[in-house]
Amino acid sequence: MANETTISITVNGRERSSEVEPRMLLVHWLREGLGLTGTHIGCDTTSCGACTVLLDGTPVKSCTMFAVQADGRALTTVEGLQQNGKLHAIQEGFKEEHGLQCGFCTPGMMLLGAALLEDNPNPSEKDVRWAISGNLCRCTGYQNIVKAVQYAGQKIESERSGAQA
Amino acid sequence: MIPAQFDYELATSADHAIELLGGYGDEAKLLAGGHSLLPLMKLRFATPTALVDIGRLEDLKYVRDAGDHMAIGALTVYEDVHFNEDLIRECPIVAHTAGDVGDPQVRHRGTMGGSIAHGDPASDIPTVMLALDATFVVRGPGGEREVAASDFFKGTFETDLAVDEILTELRVPKLGGAGWSYQKFHHRAQDWATVGVAAVVQRSNGDVGSAAIAFTSMNDTPMRSHAVEQALASGEDPASASQHAGEGTNPVSDPLGTAEYRRAMAVVFTRRALEEALSR
Repeated sequence: MANETTISITVNGRERSSEVEPRMLLVHWLREGLGLTGTHIGCDTTSCGACTVLLDGTPVKSCTMFAVQADGRALTTVEGLQQNGKLHAIQEGFKEEHGLQCGFCTPGMMLLGAALLEDNPNPSEKDVRWAISGNLCRCTGYQNIVKAVQYAGQKIESERSGAQA
Repeated sequence: MIPAQFDYELATSADHAIELLGGYGDEAKLLAGGHSLLPLMKLRFATPTALVDIGRLEDLKYVRDAGDHMAIGALTVYEDVHFNEDLIRECPIVAHTAGDVGDPQVRHRGTMGGSIAHGDPASDIPTVMLALDATFVVRGPGGEREVAASDFFKGTFETDLAVDEILTELRVPKLGGAGWSYQKFHHRAQDWATVGVAAVVQRSNGDVGSAAIAFTSMNDTPMRSHAVEQALASGEDPASASQHAGEGTNPVSDPLGTAEYRRAMAVVFTRRALEEALSR
């Protein structure tokens, strides 16, 4: 293609480069370019949050960014949560508290939870509901998502205090 | 949904962006946070030949105390405005309303200047700028000029910006003891205002001395409500003055509400805005 441009983005700790058309949406680059299909496309209109990824640690909707806008920056997708074969605390929380049913919204919800807990390891129910207010879930009624995020916060805190002891 | 093809130009400075825009004439669009533009491009309601990306101009991301006013860089995102302590203290209606736009992810990307330059009458920030009598700083090939908010919005998606100009700064007054409110009435499942009302109130013996009232989604641009302002100035109380909220408006009828419904809601939310402003 005549007007392709080269981008280089650190995705889940690994630098990935490719030639893209400027009109390539970030979510399409992740899913079709890199095969990272954990990032979902729900509404495609900036409403549902299923495509949420972390851009330099901050939640954004990847259906509403061009891949070129993330050039040179760092992304975390749901595939980046697990480390060395061990579930992230937020993943464990969703498992323990039944934070999902169909699972479609789960990648976005878990990334929002992980980002929230970086700033606020002990969030109130209101804090969690605020953090996930840009994301839709059609199954759970949100109740267990809130519990899952709080479970993860407590686990991270107890691991920290355990490590200090 | 995939946007139509375009040339991508990354601006390295505001002047570089102006030069790039000049080269494309009216074929190019500025890309800041992209949260108004990308949805239009995905639906192919907008098919610009080129995008000039100003999203990396860090020197246009700031909030400064400029003495008699607060200065906000046009590329400052809503989230940074919402939590800015200087704005929360000096001009809280701006910080508050920035937190009322969209959802957290939208506020991480969407910019204050982008909302204003886009000229959507359903956006919250332009309404607040009108109520505050804000001033916008615009830069073009010939240098800078200042435009009053009241002269800026020309029609739906139409503003006073020329094709080779960019909005660089928003200047808002310090509110001092003035009361304020932004009332946003929106459908449960989405974040655009069916009706929005901004009120900035100067008190006189506990009542309204004078007030600036502005509406979202009540015309083809954000608009001041001269009818309500005059009723208040002539001594009507908030409940009575609010009854004039529909006068002079020209709202659309769409799935969120008919024009008649919007006028009725404007009355309700004007009264609430005045009551809240007086309580602050």
